[in-house]
Amino acid sequence: MSIFVGRDSRVLVQGITGRDGSFHARGMKEYGTKVVAGVTPGKGGTSLDGIPVFDSVDEAVARTKANVSVIYVPAPLAQDAVYEAVDAEIPLVVCITEGVPVRDMIEIAAYLHGKSTRLIGPNCPGLITPGECKVGIMPGFIHAPGRIGLVSRSGTLTYEVVWQLTRAKMGQSTCIGIGGDPIVGTRFVDALAQFEADERTDAIVLIGEIGGTDEEDAAALIEEHITKPVVAFIAGQTAPAGKRMGHAGAIVSGGAGTAAEKIARFERAGVPVAKVPSEIPALVANALARRAKKAGLKVVMGGRAAAAKHGAKKRAAKAGKKATKPTVRKSAPKKAASKKKSVFKKKAGAKKGRR
Amino acid sequence: MNLHEYQGKDVFRAGGIPVPPGEVARTVEEAETFAARLGFPVVIKAQVLIGGRGKAGGVKVVKNGQEFTREAGRILGMDIRGHAVRKILITPAMEIEKEFYAGIVLDRKYETPLLMVSPAGGVDIEDVARQTPEKILRLHLDGRGLPVYRARAAARFLDPRPKVQKQLANVISRLADIYYSQDCSLAEINPLVVTPSGEVWALDAKVVIDDNALDRHADLADMRDLGAEDPGEVEARERGLSYVRLDGSIGCVVNGAGLAMATMDLIQFHGGKPANFLDIGGSSNPDKVTAAMNILTRDQRVRAVLFNIFGGITRCDDVARGLLAALDRIGTKLPIVIRLTGTNEKEARELLSARGMTALSDMDEAVRSVIARAAEAA
Repeated sequence: MSIFVGRDSRVLVQGITGRDGSFHARGMKEYGTKVVAGVTPGKGGTSLDGIPVFDSVDEAVARTKANVSVIYVPAPLAQDAVYEAVDAEIPLVVCITEGVPVRDMIEIAAYLHGKSTRLIGPNCPGLITPGECKVGIMPGFIHAPGRIGLVSRSGTLTYEVVWQLTRAKMGQSTCIGIGGDPIVGTRFVDALAQFEADERTDAIVLIGEIGGTDEEDAAALIEEHITKPVVAFIAGQTAPAGKRMGHAGAIVSGGAGTAAEKIARFERAGVPVAKVPSEIPALVANALARRAKKAGLKVVMGGRAAAAKHGAKKRAAKAGKKATKPTVRKSAPKKAASKKKSVFKKKAGAKKGRR
Repeated sequence: MNLHEYQGKDVFRAGGIPVPPGEVARTVEEAETFAARLGFPVVIKAQVLIGGRGKAGGVKVVKNGQEFTREAGRILGMDIRGHAVRKILITPAMEIEKEFYAGIVLDRKYETPLLMVSPAGGVDIEDVARQTPEKILRLHLDGRGLPVYRARAAARFLDPRPKVQKQLANVISRLADIYYSQDCSLAEINPLVVTPSGEVWALDAKVVIDDNALDRHADLADMRDLGAEDPGEVEARERGLSYVRLDGSIGCVVNGAGLAMATMDLIQFHGGKPANFLDIGGSSNPDKVTAAMNILTRDQRVRAVLFNIFGGITRCDDVARGLLAALDRIGTKLPIVIRLTGTNEKEARELLSARGMTALSDMDEAVRSVIARAAEAA
């Protein structure tokens, strides 16, 4: 089911009768998401466009078997809403709410240790597996089903990149907005590991920004464990130090968390970093084409052993061929291309070592 | 939200940390009365919401009235890196035997606050971390806060004398309590001093409060010093916009923080200079667009304005309506370049073309265009 959400997702909306909750519950339903329940304390027994509303998450889960919860409650109530969903043992909780105090998130993060629930957000657009399930606030129509995984700390910048990918005929397996706060439930490293294991993802786009060190951690993980091509972009390259750029987490403090550091770290890990968002589709196409070429060579040279993995390679080759159509070599900078070659050697080696 | 030193000291004092007496003055005359009351020598400290005031000459020990009047006047007229000094703190000069550092920040990676203490106080802690990292002790706080035994361990790292350790442990425990209870994102004492007689005092206070938590701290929210902030940033916050003033000449109006950052990066990439970061947020309220235009048109440095809107939940036609309403009200002559993509793009284009305006759909193209228009207008 791509990652985190798909056809089997049964979505519960916490705060469904509020202004944002009702608007987006309808939007998700229109997209084709199975929105099975809503929760607003005191409004149990009512319904919204045929979606039954319950007083508590427990009751909603018992009655509708919801397995995803999406939270649209105001910031002062968000911590309690997350606790309620976690205590009801919902496997995936997506908190859209912006403005949750950091202390509330420190407490949530501690509470989540050892629990089976995964939290995405807060302060995020949610996630979408195009053509199957949308959980959040993103405009569905800009997405297309496909094989590129995308993970981002941003909202509208993600839409921008998704739109460019879609226009370049690169559909997406799943797009996840992990949120712009200093503490979030799911980080780049978590999403990368999931995309790596996902059979329906061929390449990954990572959109980071200034503040914190999650991008650096992602680069370290890519170096060691990710075999699929990753392309990155970092927003805030020209942000002044000490100023919060909209997102609570987007701040360069004490000289740490700069875009330059993050870009350098990705480049050291062999990850091509787009200078501008419009460069991303070409970099992805380029990476996929190289991977397909490499895979093709291996089939010839590796004989039977390689044939066992043929299925996966064929897919990669197919996606690569498809992707090479738009403008690849022309716009991809030579520097990135030559760099990727060495990366590939390294990655192939790492792969061998693990097997 | 950054607090002034004197405000941070009030928070410390209320939380049980020993802070020397001090009074805030806005005029030299006011300051003179306070100094006379405290008795010389005193320290005059500029109250600005920016670091490095000591190096800039904004902190001065004075020994007599004549010197005081001169220095108080000088510091009150200072401009420290764009921050005009409007208030000074008058506090007694203390004899100092040792200077320590104690601070708590959020460790984003470990999702919990981190206490740092160092016997190398009175200097920039980032320099200590780079040059002599062994002189910093780091202890994470957790669900229990900071247990007292850990505060004692931190105190032992700073000073060998039991009598001093006891006071230091108390200060460190209190600092941890304040960090949690006041929703700080930074609480720092530098320097934390010991006097020759063995007394411990917090001589400075750097406190940053989590903006998202101000709703539950009315007393702290009231401390916001609007006069010390950029007027554009003050107005933007009141209107629910997120605005940061930058150095350039191209005004930006963007929906979403990530896209707004990418837009200012793209302007620099293509050779221009953004005048600001401005996120009108995810809503479709035309009033926000008007408020944004108000801020930008008042900024004398702005030569051209770029709208970069990716319609998702924000509807392009609402932004177009907001822009047209703003133009009716303000009537600016500034060149405006508009980029619209996404929800209700077509309706937005129709609204704009009825007024003789066109919108681009590509972000790079829009950025190159606004740079050219700004250059023509300059």
